Amino acid sequence: MSGMKQKIGLVVGVGLILVWCLLPVVWIVSLSFKDAVAVTNGSPGFFPADGAFAGLDNYRDAWGNDQFRRAIVNSLGISLISTTLSVILATLAAYAIARLEFRGKKLVLTTALAIAMFPVVSLVSPLFDMWRAIGLYDTWPGLIIPYMSFTLPLAIWTLSAFFREIPWEMEQAAQVDGATSWQAFRKVIVPLAAPGVFTAAILTFFFAWNDFVFGITLTSTEAARPIPASLSFFVGADPFNRPASLLAAGAVIATIPIVIIVLIFQRKIVAGLTSGAVKG
Amino acid sequence: MSAVAPPARGEEREATDNRRDRRKDKRPELSDRARHEQRLGQRLVAPAVVIMLLVTAFPILRALYLSFYTYSLTSPEDRAFIGIDNYVTALTDGLFWRDIGVTVLYMVVTVAIELVIGFAFAMVMHRVVFARGIIRTSILIPYGIITVVSGFAWQFAFTYQNGFINGWLPGISDSFNWFGETTPAVIAIMVSEIWKTTPFMSLLLLAGLAQVSDDMIEAAKVDGATWWQRLWRVILPNMRAAIMVAVLFRALDAYRIFDNIFVMTSGAVGTESISFLVYRQTIEQFQLGMGSALSVLLFLSVLLVAFLIVKLFRVDLAKARGEG
Repeated sequence: MSGMKQKIGLVVGVGLILVWCLLPVVWIVSLSFKDAVAVTNGSPGFFPADGAFAGLDNYRDAWGNDQFRRAIVNSLGISLISTTLSVILATLAAYAIARLEFRGKKLVLTTALAIAMFPVVSLVSPLFDMWRAIGLYDTWPGLIIPYMSFTLPLAIWTLSAFFREIPWEMEQAAQVDGATSWQAFRKVIVPLAAPGVFTAAILTFFFAWNDFVFGITLTSTEAARPIPASLSFFVGADPFNRPASLLAAGAVIATIPIVIIVLIFQRKIVAGLTSGAVKG
Repeated sequence: MSAVAPPARGEEREATDNRRDRRKDKRPELSDRARHEQRLGQRLVAPAVVIMLLVTAFPILRALYLSFYTYSLTSPEDRAFIGIDNYVTALTDGLFWRDIGVTVLYMVVTVAIELVIGFAFAMVMHRVVFARGIIRTSILIPYGIITVVSGFAWQFAFTYQNGFINGWLPGISDSFNWFGETTPAVIAIMVSEIWKTTPFMSLLLLAGLAQVSDDMIEAAKVDGATWWQRLWRVILPNMRAAIMVAVLFRALDAYRIFDNIFVMTSGAVGTESISFLVYRQTIEQFQLGMGSALSVLLFLSVLLVAFLIVKLFRVDLAKARGEG
């Protein structure tokens, strides 16, 4: 009886969560099908009204923009590279922090936190000067490096918290059972650490993918301009009359890679979730 | 350690010896193994530290330096040292305190709500047995939507000219202007912020939840603990480190809220946060001296928030091997 009730509760809960998470997404999609003129005139209501349906026009316009297509490539490349590098460095650091005794450990954690706390807005203009001076302005590395700096603190903290809870004795236990130390590491520690690492990877990727402030200030051409900055060029000069439907179409296109990447990564998190079973 | 010291050269050697001796005095039992561990640990954290400082050290120091100057990009030749005047001006200005108040409100409300619903999301992601991939992906999607876009979409949803929210919410007139007054505008910004960043919270909580042993929960069940007791006595205490990291980083982020305000109200009708004030001073009005002083104040207040949160949870990440 109570099991039945619980199941119904879970289904209702899941339903509510999905509505909350997806409603604005559906809203953006709906917006992307609205006719630009209708939006300018005001068209309340969730779905495009009769006669205000634009079909795929907005998508055609957004996709037809060379600069925007190039921005997708930039964003994907820059975000993936900075995620990979950042996660590798953070894993090394977090392993040391969680497992080893060394001086300066607290200093590393504090520095990381302090960096994560500094207002990004105030870093932008000095960084602009620096990058111009050393030729990193408007290049991929010019964005990859700041993205790494600003995602490392979170990645280090998340992974340290995660590694701290891993039952490292398992490694020795496996060695006692006759595994080599490499086998013990690969078969025991890697699966336990994987969900934490992939969590850090998703967070890092989203940070890089989302960033607007660096993207707009540290690039000037399509050589490195990422999607959020590129979308802002759709907006045009008049803030009171933004081409909402075009922007929405661009946003939908820009969200597709995210959905694919999350689908891949979340599976990895699931794969590692057996960690609870071996503990205790 | 090797008894044979490397051939030494004058003072330099003395200095290192002194240092070594002092270290020895402090920790007489520092063994070979421990020293090796020291070195390995420092080597492992070095690359991350270098990258973090590469981008931030100079700008942070420059901000600190400029905060003592009156310096405007519109008249750079008038740059002059003025001591702590910028700070005095900021701290005695009502606008600064109003913005601090609004910022704290954003932070407390969004983090509190996100912690509760983020935990519920994490539980669902953890426990749900059907359509797992779809549900997890759906929960994470808001975080993947570019903030500029999501803020814009919510703003559009709230406006009476183009939105649907007035039509859907009972008791609200179709022509209600959410962005005409402080309270509704702040609520709209909070809704957008909460929608967008809850997945961040739930992802970090999920990682913690995954580490709570099922055996322990099972044991508590056998002992007759109710669902509520299991939650408070077994699950939450065992994921305290994860909760702290989630709350800490979310709070720091919320305290620096900028994008959503920028897109939704541009700081109008009293929705301005401290970050937005910094932005207005430095980027819009080119007052680098004042802007730097505000950045430093923002930084110090964030530091205070972080300190309070770390103290509140009493988790020491620096303690090795999960003995804490």
